[in-house]
Amino acid sequence: MVHIFPENLSSALASMEIPAKVIAGCTDFYPSLENGHVPDRIVDVSKVDEMVGITKTTPGWRIGGSTTWTKIIDYPFPPAFDGLKAAAREVGSIQIQNTGTIAGNICNASPAADGIPPLLTLDAMVEVQSADSTRLVNVEDFVLGPRKVDLGTNELVTAIWVPETRNNTTSSFLKLGSRKYLVISIAMVAVTLSISPQGLIEFLNIAVGSCSPVARRMPVLEKKLTGLRAEDLLDDIRIEVGDLTGLTPITDIRGTSEYRQSAVRELCQSTIRDAIVKSLEIT
Amino acid sequence: MSNQNEYYSGVDLGFTLNNSEVFVTNVQPAERLSESLRERLLVRDVKVGCNAGDCGACSVIIDGEIVCACLTPTLQVEGKSILTAQGIVNDTQLGRRLAGSFQKHGASQCGICTPGMVVSAYRLLKTEKDPTVEMVSDYLGGVLCRCTGYQKIIDGVLGVNGSDPETRNQISGFPTIGESARHLDGNDKVTGLMKYGDDVAPPYTLMVKVIRSPYNRAAFHFGDLDGFVEDNPEVEAILTHGDIPGINNFGIFPGFIDQPVFAVEEARFKGEAVAAIVGFPEFINSFLEEEFPITWTELPSVLEMEDAEKEGIHQVLPGRDRNVLCGGFVKRGDFQKGLQNSECVSEGEFTTSFVEHAYIEPEAGYSFMDGDQLVIQACTQSTFMDKESLQEILNLDHSQIRVVPTAVGGAFGSKLDLSVQPYLALATMKTGQPARLAYTRRESFLSTTKRHPAKLSIKVGVNDEGLIQGIHFQGKFNTGAFSSWGPAVISRVPIHATGPYFVPNYLAETKAILTNSSPSGAFRGFGVPQATAALETLLDDLAQKIGMDPLEFRIKNALDDGLPNGCGQIFESGVGIKPCLEALRPYWTEEKKRVREFNAAHKNHHLVRGVGVASGWYGCGNTALSNPSTIKAGIKSDGTVFLHQGAIDIGQGSNTVIPQIFGEALGMEKVPFELIYADTDLTPDAGKTSGSRQTFVSGNAARLCGMALKQQITRQLNVSEDSSLKIEGTIVSAAEEPNESTLDLATLPSDGDGFVFKAMETYDPPTITLDENGQGEPYAQYGYTAQLAVVEVDQKLGKVRVVRVVAAHDVGKAINPMLIEGQVHGGVVQGLGMALMEEFIPGKTDNLHDYLIPTIGDIPEINTIIVEVPDPSGPFGAKGLGEHVLIPTPPAILNGIFDATGVQIRKLPASPDRVLKALVDSENDL
Ligand SMILES: Cc1cc2nc3c(=O)[nH]c(=O)nc-3n(C[C@H](O)[C@H](O)[C@H](O)COP(=O)(O)OP(=O)(O)OC[C@H]3O[C@@H](n4cnc5c(N)ncnc54)[C@H](O)[C@@H]3O)c2cc1C
Ligand code: FES
Ligand code: FES
Repeated sequence: MVHIFPENLSSALASMEIPAKVIAGCTDFYPSLENGHVPDRIVDVSKVDEMVGITKTTPGWRIGGSTTWTKIIDYPFPPAFDGLKAAAREVGSIQIQNTGTIAGNICNASPAADGIPPLLTLDAMVEVQSADSTRLVNVEDFVLGPRKVDLGTNELVTAIWVPETRNNTTSSFLKLGSRKYLVISIAMVAVTLSISPQGLIEFLNIAVGSCSPVARRMPVLEKKLTGLRAEDLLDDIRIEVGDLTGLTPITDIRGTSEYRQSAVRELCQSTIRDAIVKSLEIT
Repeated sequence: MSNQNEYYSGVDLGFTLNNSEVFVTNVQPAERLSESLRERLLVRDVKVGCNAGDCGACSVIIDGEIVCACLTPTLQVEGKSILTAQGIVNDTQLGRRLAGSFQKHGASQCGICTPGMVVSAYRLLKTEKDPTVEMVSDYLGGVLCRCTGYQKIIDGVLGVNGSDPETRNQISGFPTIGESARHLDGNDKVTGLMKYGDDVAPPYTLMVKVIRSPYNRAAFHFGDLDGFVEDNPEVEAILTHGDIPGINNFGIFPGFIDQPVFAVEEARFKGEAVAAIVGFPEFINSFLEEEFPITWTELPSVLEMEDAEKEGIHQVLPGRDRNVLCGGFVKRGDFQKGLQNSECVSEGEFTTSFVEHAYIEPEAGYSFMDGDQLVIQACTQSTFMDKESLQEILNLDHSQIRVVPTAVGGAFGSKLDLSVQPYLALATMKTGQPARLAYTRRESFLSTTKRHPAKLSIKVGVNDEGLIQGIHFQGKFNTGAFSSWGPAVISRVPIHATGPYFVPNYLAETKAILTNSSPSGAFRGFGVPQATAALETLLDDLAQKIGMDPLEFRIKNALDDGLPNGCGQIFESGVGIKPCLEALRPYWTEEKKRVREFNAAHKNHHLVRGVGVASGWYGCGNTALSNPSTIKAGIKSDGTVFLHQGAIDIGQGSNTVIPQIFGEALGMEKVPFELIYADTDLTPDAGKTSGSRQTFVSGNAARLCGMALKQQITRQLNVSEDSSLKIEGTIVSAAEEPNESTLDLATLPSDGDGFVFKAMETYDPPTITLDENGQGEPYAQYGYTAQLAVVEVDQKLGKVRVVRVVAAHDVGKAINPMLIEGQVHGGVVQGLGMALMEEFIPGKTDNLHDYLIPTIGDIPEINTIIVEVPDPSGPFGAKGLGEHVLIPTPPAILNGIFDATGVQIRKLPASPDRVLKALVDSENDL
């Protein structure tokens, strides 16, 4: 058994040339071990310099893959990231947020991963590197299904890129769970939007998690509401079944399919409303 | 460390632990920090409740931030600084004050969550001198507590600035009755020193791994077991039923001793033990179950009661026709006539789910030979029952086994049954070596008992004045694959299903049905909470139909002194239900008004509020069976009193309450004393900690013992038996007349125990066996309660939030008000969990990730009203309380939902999807 502990990116990528189990915060890794083998070869990326921390560059923000939820909560992001921060605060408990990482959340690819919907609404991209290549993939395209991501055996998720956001973008995230802390989402919704000086919805991104194998954007609903008067939406957001395309909620221990179906509509309304309220507050 | 380290098995590394440098060698890849700290460095205040991040018991601070040690690879902490609870409490002023504040506020009951709580609270207080409740919740939200209901933990954190540092002072004198004394055994809990089931074994002790059925029902046969032992030098032995010298069965009641230690040929539930491996830790820790030489053949199984009762279905246990294990019955008057004479009748079906005890400490223990005597140290609710069962299984006589309980990290009924004990015993007997075993969380979920799922059907009729005329109650209880405490549930429920009301015509019938599920057993209330949920929600339905206020309706029907209960038992005094209900009246009026105001202000809003009420009662002690307790005490020639107190303290506080009662009876001011806690070789049998019997039964034994000891002294002093006594050094005198006569203990001869005076007294509550109609006197004492719950329902999402609970409890005489409050808080929050979120589904919710219990963020404001209607047979009038506390909570919450929405939820838990569906269905019905 080998446990490799690279501290810089090049050695991390070099050590991936032989297939290995990647670990970072280990908050998904250990629970999945309970009755299983400890992998023979472990590459621990929690300390890889280039993968830890957040930097603002001209094309946007680079969030290192091994950045913890706590670091994301503490970073002075603009309001467009409020949804991501809110999601970070809802991940498990402070203990989990202190070690769990953003790349771990995406790569674990749980349908209930709280980090993914906000990233979808931020049009985030995944930076994937191997010893000899670097590619950027949309989060949408990267997460293929439950526990399935577009990642070669020699690749690491080295960072998440979030493109520049408009100054007046606000965002929101709401999670529905059966208790306050340490709870996996029955459903969650993330929204980013901006409102024009005329009070119209300029753009609106909505993503829903836990109601399909992979969290999804809601293009039909986004389109339907874009251009409408924001204040009108505070009183009434009509959401019909056809507006939420691609959701295939299942029945599991956390809730029935019918329940998710109707709860997600309510959740969408509340999350949109919440983002609008924030937006109206800053203008 | 260089830029890149390839660690092969066995790395040496250093870090700072509680401000000292430590060095560990041979650390394995993926080795958990919790394991390294506990086993390599003996830092056993880091507890392991789940090994998966779900309970927070293993919380430590690494470089200033809290993390779960069970999710941290030890290799990641090289060079870092780690603080655990012990370090925090020993080395920092803030930590000591925090420990003191936890003790002062009763924040630690069983104490297993306390290290994690202390660590989290310390981290918060380092940066927030004056935190808000919300901050406390956020910081402590990652640590689960199953005992306290969290309120006192919050108080403990907020109260840190006004608290003195915890010190290990010798307590002089017994705390008096009525005093909110701190837990006498609390110091070790708040400082992290307390040793629980998995904390006593030395490192590198042989470990036991139990092999369990992966199927609900399966035939199996073993492969080459001897070959397996030969091929694996790290395996010392394999245990199967063939290794059992005595009887391969355990259980509770004669005729129902039917659960095998190891299954023979057929496994009857998923998780049933079939064999065990005894081996060295490295082997056991990495052993994969599929490598065990066994072949399984899955057999058709039955999980639902309806199916189990069908003709032609297999018998889960041989000889139990149609899988009916046993039945219960109570009949009084003519229920049919009662219902016919009623003006209004309500009926309903009610369903409840498996509920898991979910104590934070999974079952664990340690065994070794002490000469010829086998010693078992494990977390248990009953040392003597364990010992008797083990004697049968091991074919040993009573002198050959000693059972010494470790501290118990929560129990709530499930640690009454044997779990790890027989495997430990067999391992030590077969190998001659010490052995240890700690269940994994999943093992604990699958293999230990649950609360019985129930299907209840009930009919209640009232006359035009709103007086109950008759009740017909039928209940089926899924008892799983074995009897365990099923018979107790089946006999308790019909006695209690009238509720604390006067019901002239009554018929209650119960049945326990066997299925291929984990065995159901004892869980706080023995079936009474399920029955109460059905009855009390139906009463609200009736009250609404006849247009009566739910509280007044209950007061009108309340049982009273001189009125017979369903068993025809009449108490001349001590029936306290009416005072409990009346105590709620002002809160009821106030909350009704507030709810109206809230709903008016939120017209057309999705949030609505409601207020509900429910009552409960509960007989203390065994049902119509002898259940004596014995307490022993003595005084040594140096003037120290020794109290041999064997009533197991599972966090409820018998180590505090029994001394309070004893001290009051002994009547010696400021006498130095020592507690000799349970040990089958040292303390007499104080019975099991169940049935809310310890304060009542062991309390009475303690009172008698104190009185007897005092009598011997007063006789020698030649003063009246009522005089209070005083001790100075070794000189005893009567407090009122100190100079009249004195006694120098140092001059008296001492016995084999070193005592100059000694007393041992037994109390057995008087009961009368029930006749064929269930008439008799099943309990010598009942406790009473009524609770009110304010709830808020999100009508769009089906989520229910409990805003406030006001809990009135008749405890006869409050021996220790702080501990009473602690019981109430914990019970209410457990009841809240049962009402809203808890459902064990075998194979699905068998961990603390998917099986949800309330967190610190889910608790309501709880107000405890202590009502004291003295019980003529209770010690100083005291009544039991431990189980009463959760009985009315679920229906009070359901009735609150009813009040808010007009919808009755009749299946527990009232999870968001069920509530929403009920709301939608009721709208469709309109
Ligand atoms: C008690 C508890 C509560 C939780 N609650 C929540 C919750 O509320 N919401 C939620 O979304 N999640 C929750 N989680 C899951 C988990 O904490 C998150 O998904 C976390 O972000 C995972 O990060 P990690 O660094 O710990 O991942 P790890 O466990 O280290 O890794 C997870 C997976 O990602 C892979 N991986 C990690 N980093 C990389 C990388 N850079 N490149 C390629 N592959 C990589 C690993 O191989 C592994 O398969 C919870 C977990 C626990 C234990
Ligand atoms: S043991 Fe680590 S969180 Fe439960
Ligand atoms: S005191 Fe918290 S779990 Fe027992």
